[in-house]
Amino acid sequence: MMKFLRSAQAKKLGSWLALVVTVTVMTGPPGNPTQPTLGFTSSFSERVSFFGLFPAPRGVLFLALALLVAGAVLAYSRVAKAPVQRARAAVVPKYQALAGKRTFRLSWYAVVLLGAVLLPHLVTDPFWQSAMVSQIAIYILLAIGLNVVVGFAGLLDLGFVAFYAIGAYVTAWVTGALPVAAPFHHHLNPFWAIPIAIVVVMIAGVLLGVPTLRLRGDYLAIVTLGFGEIVTIFMNNLYGITGGSTGSNQIPHFSIHLGSLKYLWGLNPVPYYYLTLGFVVLFLIIFSSLEHSRIGRSWVAIREDEVAAESLGVNPLKYKVMAFAIGAASAGFAGVMTAGQSFFINPATFTLSFSINILVLVIFGGMGSIIGVVIGSVVIQTLSMYLIHTPPAGFQNSDLYIYLGALLIAMMIFRPAGLWPSKRRRREFTDAGVEGTASIAGGQ
Amino acid sequence: MINYFSSHFATLGHEFWGLLVGGVANGFIYALVAIGYTMVYGVLRLINFAHSEIFMSGGFASFFLMKWLIGSSTPNAFESVIYLLAGVIVGGLAGSAIATVLERVAYRPLRRRNAPKLAYLISAIGASYFLFNFAAKEFGRINLSMASPFVNHTVFTIMGAPVQMSYIIIAVVSVIMLVSLDRLVATTKLGRSIRAVAQDPETASLMGVNIDRTIVMTFVLGGFLGGAAGYLYGLSFGVVYTMGFTPALKAFTAAVLGGIGNLRGAVIGGLLLGIVESFSVAFVNGAYIDVVAFAVLVLVLLFRPTGILGERLGRAA
Repeated sequence: MMKFLRSAQAKKLGSWLALVVTVTVMTGPPGNPTQPTLGFTSSFSERVSFFGLFPAPRGVLFLALALLVAGAVLAYSRVAKAPVQRARAAVVPKYQALAGKRTFRLSWYAVVLLGAVLLPHLVTDPFWQSAMVSQIAIYILLAIGLNVVVGFAGLLDLGFVAFYAIGAYVTAWVTGALPVAAPFHHHLNPFWAIPIAIVVVMIAGVLLGVPTLRLRGDYLAIVTLGFGEIVTIFMNNLYGITGGSTGSNQIPHFSIHLGSLKYLWGLNPVPYYYLTLGFVVLFLIIFSSLEHSRIGRSWVAIREDEVAAESLGVNPLKYKVMAFAIGAASAGFAGVMTAGQSFFINPATFTLSFSINILVLVIFGGMGSIIGVVIGSVVIQTLSMYLIHTPPAGFQNSDLYIYLGALLIAMMIFRPAGLWPSKRRRREFTDAGVEGTASIAGGQ
Repeated sequence: MINYFSSHFATLGHEFWGLLVGGVANGFIYALVAIGYTMVYGVLRLINFAHSEIFMSGGFASFFLMKWLIGSSTPNAFESVIYLLAGVIVGGLAGSAIATVLERVAYRPLRRRNAPKLAYLISAIGASYFLFNFAAKEFGRINLSMASPFVNHTVFTIMGAPVQMSYIIIAVVSVIMLVSLDRLVATTKLGRSIRAVAQDPETASLMGVNIDRTIVMTFVLGGFLGGAAGYLYGLSFGVVYTMGFTPALKAFTAAVLGGIGNLRGAVIGGLLLGIVESFSVAFVNGAYIDVVAFAVLVLVLLFRPTGILGERLGRAA
């Protein structure tokens, strides 16, 4: 008996069981402070119908699902693995040769772009039309911005939401929607806020970056976390300037007045979708050309080995600050879009949870891979919105955060380079075991 | 300008002893939590981002214990002491349990693979995020005040400043735990292996130190102190799922202030930060009090990143 308990199989079995229990409780009904065990017990006792299939207690359902998955994995490794690998070996080089061609890539992008343009006509549900702008397109902007910082330069920024918040508040300021007087006599429309907000957040990025980017990675993470919190504290308490915890709810919509050309973006999300899509494409082009520029290569060099990069004449601080400011720019822009679209901002939106949500998109998609991050944002945000729109039994909106936290751990354990890894990152994560013997305890 | 400071210094003068007593009590809590950061940093060279959730789980475990033990009754003197001990032990054990699970799930798989440092940070953030939102789901989102095993009356006064029962309990419990930990690390076999792993994991493993076990024990010890701190904090401020965030950020500041990896440094840093923060009440609006700790953190990292006592990984205490 003891021998079995110590065996590798028993450990595997134990971790599978622990996983089933965790998932069951995680997705189950909530508890409350007077009955702390309610959530746990009812997760196992309550019968649920999983997507209209047979009704059974949640625990049994997930156990069955786990057995099914384990069976499938086993069957795959016994029967299908060799043929699949052979097929892959035959197809992958051909695909890679094709993907290397510029025309092939460009035509793919054109197809995707066309799909994105047609999307609002295919999906007419108002919930999804609104979600496409405020929950997907804007999150893509934020994620590709954070990707510059975390993915390209390898700096963990947990206060990214601060730049987003600054962008939104600058918009409210120049449009005259804050208690503090607007900078211009004439209240501007949010289009004018775009350059102003981008300049302001880039300055904020430099001001935060210059003192803190000399720090080591883990210290930087905690300092940026604190920075995000402090921006929230100030937003909440400077009543005369930011409107305190109620924020502002009079931000005008975007509008164009160019001679005879007049257009006002109203409450309909579709025009916003096209506006945001245009800027997403613009930022994607800028960031992907940055990636392969001298600056992008310097970021990679610093990320991989700061000392070596410095000895080759790359100034680490300069390029790190640059990454901070450039990443911040897209977050600040996303802030302008949010403020202009929802005409209403308050500090409760700009929390640490938001920063972590964006981080999940980057990690899930693949750090440093722009395509991966876009795919990651679309997948995760669509799933989240799907859960919120059609909640399964026992689901509460705040449960999403539990899933996102679990996803972060799972990604780091099973696929650290992300869903669609960049070539460089994949190599880094797989080769890490080769270098350095002094890291038995997981050190540097 | 001069007027501003003179009036504020006058406030500080009036309330000096009261602020000092409150600051020291807070400082002990920071010290207990900071120990967890510093010990894990010692053996793994990384910041345990999920330590705030260890603190929180200690708070919740002891909250339910107190509710079950005390309910609406008023404990007598003997029961008070027993309940207090039970709260410290159960809170500490809950912290240790969560810390062990954390090490198993979020750190060990990465250690096996020699993952880059960024991976540890991300998985720890994921764990922290998972744990506090999970607590919110199971135990609700309102601040619950804890049933107290003692009456929080004023025991004596120092220069006119009242010293309450809760302050005395925090100080006594913390001093006992901190001194025992210090002795444990300095004299026992386990302590020696922790120091050995902190100094040089490779050589330690060649000398027969079981690295995995040592790392787990480090998490267990740090988790015990963190969980017990959660109980002591909960007695005064109640428990809620976000209770770990701010105290842990400050405890981290304390650990860096004293010199990370240095046990005595963590205690000195904790007390110092508690006192500085308490005194700053005289100068800063209460809403911005958390900004003070952050400012201290940034200043220390910029001007003396090794802290007051310096990083002393693996030396005795």
